[in-house]
Amino acid sequence: MVPQLTWNLIEDVRQALVFPFMVNAFRAGAIVAVLSGLVGWFMVLRRQSFAGHTLAVVGFPGAAGATLIGVSATYGLFAFALVAALLIGLVPSTRGRGYSEESAVTGSIQAFALATGFLFVSLYGGFLSGANALLFGSFLGITAGQVRTLLAVAVVAVVALAVIARPLLFASVDPDVARARGVPVRALSVGFLLLLGSAAAEVSQITGTLLVFALLVVPAATAQMWTTGPARSVVITVALGVTVTWLSLLIAYYSPYPIGFFLTTVAFAIYLLSAFLRHTARRAHSRSVVGAR
Amino acid sequence: MPAVSRPQIDAVIELRAAAVRLGERTLWSGLDLTVSAGEFVAVLGPNGVGKSTLVKALLGLQSLSAGSISVLGGAPGTANEKIGYLPQRRSFDPDLRIRGVDVVRLGLDGNRWGIPLPAAHRYNRRARAAAARVEEVIDLVDAQAYAGRPVGQLSGGEQQRLLIAQALASRPRLLLLDEPLDSLDLPNQSAIAALIARICARDEVTVVMVAHDVNPILGYLNRVVYIAAGGAAAGTPGQVITSDTLSRLYGTQVEVLTTSDGRLVVVGQPEAPALHGSRHIS
Repeated sequence: MVPQLTWNLIEDVRQALVFPFMVNAFRAGAIVAVLSGLVGWFMVLRRQSFAGHTLAVVGFPGAAGATLIGVSATYGLFAFALVAALLIGLVPSTRGRGYSEESAVTGSIQAFALATGFLFVSLYGGFLSGANALLFGSFLGITAGQVRTLLAVAVVAVVALAVIARPLLFASVDPDVARARGVPVRALSVGFLLLLGSAAAEVSQITGTLLVFALLVVPAATAQMWTTGPARSVVITVALGVTVTWLSLLIAYYSPYPIGFFLTTVAFAIYLLSAFLRHTARRAHSRSVVGAR
Repeated sequence: MPAVSRPQIDAVIELRAAAVRLGERTLWSGLDLTVSAGEFVAVLGPNGVGKSTLVKALLGLQSLSAGSISVLGGAPGTANEKIGYLPQRRSFDPDLRIRGVDVVRLGLDGNRWGIPLPAAHRYNRRARAAAARVEEVIDLVDAQAYAGRPVGQLSGGEQQRLLIAQALASRPRLLLLDEPLDSLDLPNQSAIAALIARICARDEVTVVMVAHDVNPILGYLNRVVYIAAGGAAAGTPGQVITSDTLSRLYGTQVEVLTTSDGRLVVVGQPEAPALHGSRHIS
């Protein structure tokens, strides 16, 4: 029974929610969207998007390796992402504050991680579709147990983020003054990278390890274009993330193509639209100012 | 009738024979300085000589190699909530999407754990007081017009005013400013120097300012610390910024000239030896 798209949107949604695995997918999608929105907002502020992507990519050999040795892929994914987060955080940086865009080293690490992951996949007997799902996302067959794990990790991460939110904002915007006022800037950096690693690992389960940007970066970057007040932009980030995820899940249900593609496309489309609107708004504003002189 | 004795004023800053070494180099030594409440002190000297290190020593981020130091009656670093700090050459990323008013608010409670509840000021008296204080201090530095805009888009002078507001938000007793004027144009330099002097006088805040050029603040100073390679001298401007004192400090002939409009020019002071990587130590 191939799902048929009708012109009635409500009927489409109802049809999509018939199967329990789809209900799980929508639940998992919402959990992942909220977590990635909150963590991604700080990540974009701290200009650590590259680190977020690296942590997700490093999760791929973790997941593939775990399957190879017979352990659940999720554990491998989390383990590799968290260890990498600790390494990035604890290795002292030679210049500047925190993890800057050291592209040569991290680019090589990303390439190495992808290659190692493929090695593990081919050693396992090459379940190419599995690798596809790991890299580009899948929402089929998400069990209730997986949803519970996602929820547990997300709750712990969000509570931790809520506790450190103010000093983390201070340390991200103004590290020198924050340090002088007693904020543990270094410890917060490491702690945030661990949160980022867990968020990247969670998001990878829906978007695949290569496309975490779609949920980690794009909603936050879009929201920060619309407004600068922190409270408002966080709310918009989460709302955008959930909207993008649910919309993509709906589209992907009716189409044979991987969900990662729709997530990225929908998110990016909203980003481009916002950039375009902002650009025309600013042009109109400056034109009216010039005209008024 | 016994003579009226001077009331015992606790010194805000007290340094006795203080010295700092970085590696094998002694940056400065033999510094004796007592700063009382409400005084305006300038720390002068050539580039790279260790002025910022003195500020870090006052904050407890750098330990002395000799001598004693006490800040606000205790060891440095123990009373940092009562100190407003403006680090050197700090400008925000042009893409940073945080408003000026949020940056100022961070100075008030940014080091407290937790999240600020969005509409807290409607029902929480403490949150209302905090919001009022942020507005008050932004008014004090005349930054109301642009405090709602993202800081990355503001000019150097506007950013400096907001950063001063951030340092003042928690009502500090001591303001430590590390070269706040160096990247500003002349009109902004004199405006911000006047602002700082006004705050110093009005709220009895002690100000210690590291400066490159003494002239914008010369009229407001009570005391001057002049640091040279290996040594230091402290006293009133009239005592320290003289050809004799500076020549003795540097060990070579240094002349202090006064221009017709009262500005001081120091001629002949040797530049400090280059300290590798000092600019990048955060």
